[in-house]
Amino acid sequence: MDIAASILAEAVRAGTPLMLATLGEIYCERSGVLNLGLDGVMTIGALAGFAATWLTGSVWMGLAVAMLAGGLFSLIHGFTSISLGVNQTVSGLALAMLGTGISSLLGAKYVGLPLRESLPLLQIPVLTEIPLAGGLFCHDPVVYLGMVLSIAMWLILFKTRFGITVRAVGEKPEAADAAGVNVQLVRYLCVFLGGVLGGLGGAYVTLSYTPGWREGVMMGRGWIALALTIFSLWNPLGSLIGAYLFGGVEVLQFHLQEYGVPASLLGALPYVSTILVLVASSLGLLRKRLGAPAALGTPYRREG
Amino acid sequence: MEIRLERRQTVSRRINISSRILAVLLSLPLIGLLFAAYGVNPVDAYLRIFTGAFGSPYGFCETIVKMLPIGLCAVGLTLAYRARVLNIGAEGQLIIGSMAATWVALYSGLPQSIIIIVMLLAGFIFGAAWALLPALLKSRLNVSEVIVTLMMNYISLKLLDYVVTGPWRGLTQWGFPQTDPFPSYARFPMIVGTRIHYYTLILLLASTLILYVLMKRTKIGYEVKVVGGNPDAAKYAGISVTKNILLVMLVSGGLAGVAGVGEVAGIHGRLIRGISPGYGYTAIIPAWLGGLDPLATLIASFFISGLMVGGDAIQISLRLPSSLVYVFNGMILLFIISSEVLAKYRIVIKIGGSRIWI
Repeated sequence: MDIAASILAEAVRAGTPLMLATLGEIYCERSGVLNLGLDGVMTIGALAGFAATWLTGSVWMGLAVAMLAGGLFSLIHGFTSISLGVNQTVSGLALAMLGTGISSLLGAKYVGLPLRESLPLLQIPVLTEIPLAGGLFCHDPVVYLGMVLSIAMWLILFKTRFGITVRAVGEKPEAADAAGVNVQLVRYLCVFLGGVLGGLGGAYVTLSYTPGWREGVMMGRGWIALALTIFSLWNPLGSLIGAYLFGGVEVLQFHLQEYGVPASLLGALPYVSTILVLVASSLGLLRKRLGAPAALGTPYRREG
Repeated sequence: MEIRLERRQTVSRRINISSRILAVLLSLPLIGLLFAAYGVNPVDAYLRIFTGAFGSPYGFCETIVKMLPIGLCAVGLTLAYRARVLNIGAEGQLIIGSMAATWVALYSGLPQSIIIIVMLLAGFIFGAAWALLPALLKSRLNVSEVIVTLMMNYISLKLLDYVVTGPWRGLTQWGFPQTDPFPSYARFPMIVGTRIHYYTLILLLASTLILYVLMKRTKIGYEVKVVGGNPDAAKYAGISVTKNILLVMLVSGGLAGVAGVGEVAGIHGRLIRGISPGYGYTAIIPAWLGGLDPLATLIASFFISGLMVGGDAIQISLRLPSSLVYVFNGMILLFIISSEVLAKYRIVIKIGGSRIWI
């Protein structure tokens, strides 16, 4: 494998946690709930996944526990923003702090432990032979799951009844309600799904990308995923491009170090890129007269 | 018997304050559960926190020491949050302010007599400048200020890391990631027997008072509130939303920058990698706890700082990780915003023909 192919292969691995979290957040925001707590949710998933793998000796168990933990944890935000109708930005922020705090408190005893199990590598025959793009097809199952999900979740969102319902709830909740849709239930489902995928993305970091648990392991990936949600224009297929692009930025850091650029400055690259991406997407949104789901961030209460 | 919620016609000040205090009190047992999960007796932990923060003159003074950066950031944030500009970047603005002051102290070569005033000005200006980009992006392109200010926090940490391990690393520091100590004329004096650097204390009290008057009694304060309450109405009334977003971001960024100056010139006497243990994030809590009122926020900052000092005490004695503070922050913030909503309703209990309400 030459250098370009190996960068591509690494970018796909680095982008996978971002993609999973972005996919979940897309559904969450499409239903009208902004979950700024994503970074906390991912961190909870990262710890839960690592701890469960350590205790049970099974990576699969780790992934499952991480998904459940992420889903349940984000229901806190579901309760405050859907049932209580509080300011979603502040609630999400609180969730982000809480997730980071709880996981470093409960994770203190797992710091520095080695991961004895790892995800199996699945090479897809024939496809790995493709020049350059072959690097896309020699990964662990979670990477493929991300690829499949981005297509499947696009199909569900735009081609099925459930997808139409989700979008209706996020655009015109009162109309959806009049048509007999349980707005709050759909929103709870989407928030839970967002948490499940965020938890999975977090666990991928501690179980595969950089195996092991330590404080600050998420390095702001949840916030980057929030920016990618906007960048993808709330379209699951868009998350594929955005996440791999950012995976590429992350990998690029290590390659630029060889040219003598200080590591601490290179470390700022993903965050600078996030701001650039936000600016580019908002220019794009303005030009195409597109916008976020109309009811994003607004709680829904039936009148009377 | 029937219990139901009814919307209150008006939310009194008394309800507002008591619901907030209740919110904090309710969040404590939940955090206690986490202590228990960690294997620490929650009652013991809370007793140690309380005595650590308020139980001795030393603890009390340390609480004030922490209140300086937290309070400066928090009162600035009240102004921004009033305008519905959610500046989460106080942490980065503080760090950049401390870096600016460090450059002035170590490398500017300015005369001793003016160096402290220039350090403070530089801290304010650079803290404000660090808030300028998110403010412009928010006002011109409607880019989420939450994400941009957060990214700016990460970037400032990397910059700090770069200067203390690279160009500014102290020659006398045995390779530690910190600068050389400031000359004595570039350091803030302290109240004897404590670590309270009173220049910063005076600035904190002054800015709290100024912001209080600004919000209550001036046209600027009125405009900020209109922009936060209803941007469309503001436009009809001829109030510039852009101008107000810039104003509140620059002021809150500047005050956070001054907090950073206080930390390098008052406490550490040099720039270190861990210049802020999350003061800028912690400051968000007193701002909301104080209902975005500068005076109430100052009082709330005192209590939140006490919690931090007590938290430090149990980190050492019970060997808990330092990120404990984020558990408190997150939990208390969740309860405060929930209580804000619930304070708008009253609980009505109907028994037979009589109505009892709380």
